[in-house]
Amino acid sequence: MVGYLVVLLLVLAAAAYWIGRTRAIASVNGDVARLHSLPGQHGMFLALFAAGPALLAIVVWSLVTPSIESSIIADRFSSELSGMGVPQVEAFIRDARAIAFGGLVGFADPTKEAAAALYKSVHATSTWIIWTVALVLSASGFYWAYSRIAQAYRARHVVERILRAFLIACSVVAILTTIGIVLSLIFESLRFFQQVPFYKFLFGTHWSPQSAFTGAGAEAGAVNEDIFGMVPLFAGTLLITFIAMLVAAPIGLMAAIYLSDYASKSVRAVAKPVLEILAGIPTVVYGFFAALTVAPYFRGIGESLGLNVASESALAAGVVMGIMIIPFVSSLSDDVINAVPQSLRDGSAGLGATKSETIRKVVLPAALPGIVSAMLLAVSRAIGETMIVVMAAGLAANLTANPLEAVTTVTVQIVTLLVGDQEFDSAKTLAAFALGLVLFCITLSLNIVALRVVQKYREQYD
Amino acid sequence: MTDAISSFGAVGRPVSIHTDDAAKARLKGRYRTETWFKWLGAAAVALAGLFLVLLLSTIVTQAIPALRQNYVTLPIDLSAAKVDPAKLDEVNYDAIAQEALTAKFPDVTSRQDKRLLRGLISTGTGVFLRKDIAADPGMLGGTVDYAVPLDDFADLYLKGLLADVGSDEAISTTVTPSQTSGDIDLTFGDDAMLALARGHGATEGENGMLTLTSGASSLLVAFNGGTVKLTALSPAANGTVIAKGTVIEALDSTAPAASGQAFLRVIETPEASRKISDKMIVWLDRLKSAGLIESRFNSIFFFTGASREPELAGVWGAVVGSFLTMIVTLAIAFPIGVSAAIYLEEFAPKNRLTTMIEVNINNLAAVPSIVFGLLGLAVFLNFFGMPRSAPVVGGMVLALMTLPIIIIASRASLRAVPPSIREAALGIGASKVQTVFHHVLPLAMPGIMTGTILGMAHALGETAPLLMIGMVAFIVDIPGGFTDPATILPVQIFMWADFPEAGFQQKTSAAILILLVFLVIMNAIAVILRRRFERRW
Repeated sequence: MVGYLVVLLLVLAAAAYWIGRTRAIASVNGDVARLHSLPGQHGMFLALFAAGPALLAIVVWSLVTPSIESSIIADRFSSELSGMGVPQVEAFIRDARAIAFGGLVGFADPTKEAAAALYKSVHATSTWIIWTVALVLSASGFYWAYSRIAQAYRARHVVERILRAFLIACSVVAILTTIGIVLSLIFESLRFFQQVPFYKFLFGTHWSPQSAFTGAGAEAGAVNEDIFGMVPLFAGTLLITFIAMLVAAPIGLMAAIYLSDYASKSVRAVAKPVLEILAGIPTVVYGFFAALTVAPYFRGIGESLGLNVASESALAAGVVMGIMIIPFVSSLSDDVINAVPQSLRDGSAGLGATKSETIRKVVLPAALPGIVSAMLLAVSRAIGETMIVVMAAGLAANLTANPLEAVTTVTVQIVTLLVGDQEFDSAKTLAAFALGLVLFCITLSLNIVALRVVQKYREQYD
Repeated sequence: MTDAISSFGAVGRPVSIHTDDAAKARLKGRYRTETWFKWLGAAAVALAGLFLVLLLSTIVTQAIPALRQNYVTLPIDLSAAKVDPAKLDEVNYDAIAQEALTAKFPDVTSRQDKRLLRGLISTGTGVFLRKDIAADPGMLGGTVDYAVPLDDFADLYLKGLLADVGSDEAISTTVTPSQTSGDIDLTFGDDAMLALARGHGATEGENGMLTLTSGASSLLVAFNGGTVKLTALSPAANGTVIAKGTVIEALDSTAPAASGQAFLRVIETPEASRKISDKMIVWLDRLKSAGLIESRFNSIFFFTGASREPELAGVWGAVVGSFLTMIVTLAIAFPIGVSAAIYLEEFAPKNRLTTMIEVNINNLAAVPSIVFGLLGLAVFLNFFGMPRSAPVVGGMVLALMTLPIIIIASRASLRAVPPSIREAALGIGASKVQTVFHHVLPLAMPGIMTGTILGMAHALGETAPLLMIGMVAFIVDIPGGFTDPATILPVQIFMWADFPEAGFQQKTSAAILILLVFLVIMNAIAVILRRRFERRW
């Protein structure tokens, strides 16, 4: 029903624009040149005040109301829910909401029916409140702004200031997102580290959180601290990343060199789109390709050579991830190589160097900081890549450097821990956030180092 | 003088360290390195192209079979005795369709075989039949010929994907059966069959007996209107061969088949390593030779929601989910991204806040996508209590992820508008806001749109963050709104890729093909926008 309210407010805003415009023109008897601001700006001013505050109120309402409603239900039914853990309470509220508003209900019982009835009435009340608040805000805003409109009123300044505030607010979203990421990761990780000491997490060599809860009776809730050691995951991630870079770095770099210094126009016209298409293919497609074609192929080769290759070998995932990163490496390197001024190449050619000597002894050294930075970014990309490894790498945490065995990675474990039914307070779920924090820190520091390398070592030519 | 003369070479030029033989060799070596280097570069580009071709061809060849589905036309009895027009909802339509199928095979009598036979048609038959009857009640009251979708194994077999079947070959000798049904003995006029059985993996036993186990190819002999599967062969007197066999389809008589009247069919794939039994193959071939099987455009795949049965699974639910998610993403990311770009490029003073925003945007662009999923889970689902698996939450997460892409592209596009435009507008008295919104923004719009479409294409293919917020749930219904549980195309691909049924492999490839078609369309629009409208100053 709130949807109708939004539509109503938008209609009101349109009407207010027209009214404001008319009033501004009427206030100078049609002699528009005497107005301080254009009639349209007066209209905008009125429309903003008529609908803006009310729309803001609706946004705030729709963000906070679900949690308030749930907490009211949980509070009212606290005696019934007292024996339950957090996941059961969540399931109870979810079912009550589903009964009240339609949806998939786990199973219904009289308590839930009662909760659903309460839910309905609470929701009706809160909807009624937001209608009233929005309409009051809208009416008072309209009245206030309407009374301002006059010949000398500086509507343009007000409108432009509001607009500028809106633009700033939009820019701040980027900061808010970062803050949101950092805070959510840190808070959940802290809760995890209360259960499992962080040194055991960072330096432990055994990872099997699926058996997180051992013991029975009084110890049923106890957390086994020793099964959250992330070293095997980290080693697996590094192994796959290393294989990926072995594929991507030479191919990507050579492709960039060839395209920028050797290729004729027609070759470039074909090769560039090929690389762009390769870059645009979704990672889930690469994952399917890895699991279905590349992994069995490697397994077959291994068998014919008498080697035992796991069906989810690190090699298959790494090679396909390398293919995915080729366009990334080549486009970054291409930019860097093209940024080396032509005068350096001309100078080298003038001394009698061949093209490849120029590239190897002049262009590449000059572009080295940029290339190193590109490689670091590619590594960061490979570490954070999820779908290929989820589909093609294994689940068991092996601490091995053998690329033919199955290893698991940080991202695979985050997905396995969080997909499916989850209890939000268990160490298992929280471990995923701790892994996320590690992942975030690694990629962030790699990006910062990449940036610093360029800033510190880049030669300024022009 | 002689010294001076001797330092000239044969052609009369002076020899120095730049022209002596060592230098020539050096030069040759340098040119060789040059060629090598060049070819190395070309090879790198070619390799990238090869990977792309390999990837696309694998997916396209796998996807093509899934675009068609085999149907069998059965005479279905919808007379009032079977279907009470007053109680259409209580009829077991599946049973009616299965009866029509078993009626085609009167000699299939054992319980087990009947169950196998019923398994040939899809378990969704009843649903289709009920829907079609509801749409066209005129079907009721008699027997109608109705096309029933086949089960996934039967369908895959008919597409030639489950078993390697040779064509019928005439047997150039007489074949005499001992009985017309059950386990029988066949007498072959010569011993050519022995070599044939050996060639197809038969196990050697005592007295030259050959056993065809389920690990060997299946040898089927068709004659006298029936089919016999050979299980063992042994040489007999006068160079004849006596074979033991199981009758799959009853023979008409025990009369010997003359040379060239019996036919041998070899199913190369051993029965143990395929998902379809010899009996089902024989039945399907019979249906096919009776002209009852028809391959149609697979409308089930394109226009229905997900299902656990491969032949009933469709992508429409996922496509709708993707569409709803993309609408939310666009509605959030486009205005916020463009506004942020306008502020940073046109209004922002150089201060700590703007520097921080810029650093943040660049960092966000490099944050792994799965971390955005964790953000969505912790903030949108757990803190704000939004619904799981809903397109609105997925759209918000993807919007945050696409935001940096749109901002960076929009800024580049705004920066490309020359300052003279701004100065001209300011010069005739426009305010800063008017300058930007009336003059700069319209000129930068094509570039902004291009960047936005590319960002959306990126978001459309994104999977990992949506797994975190529960869009991986198994949802059969087609989502009707932004808060309904939904799944999206890449996640559907991910789920299907995990299902063990062979039929889902083709479906996965076909779904990938659909996703790629959408991506190609979006990129093509971006390219056209860039070509048509972007102005170079």
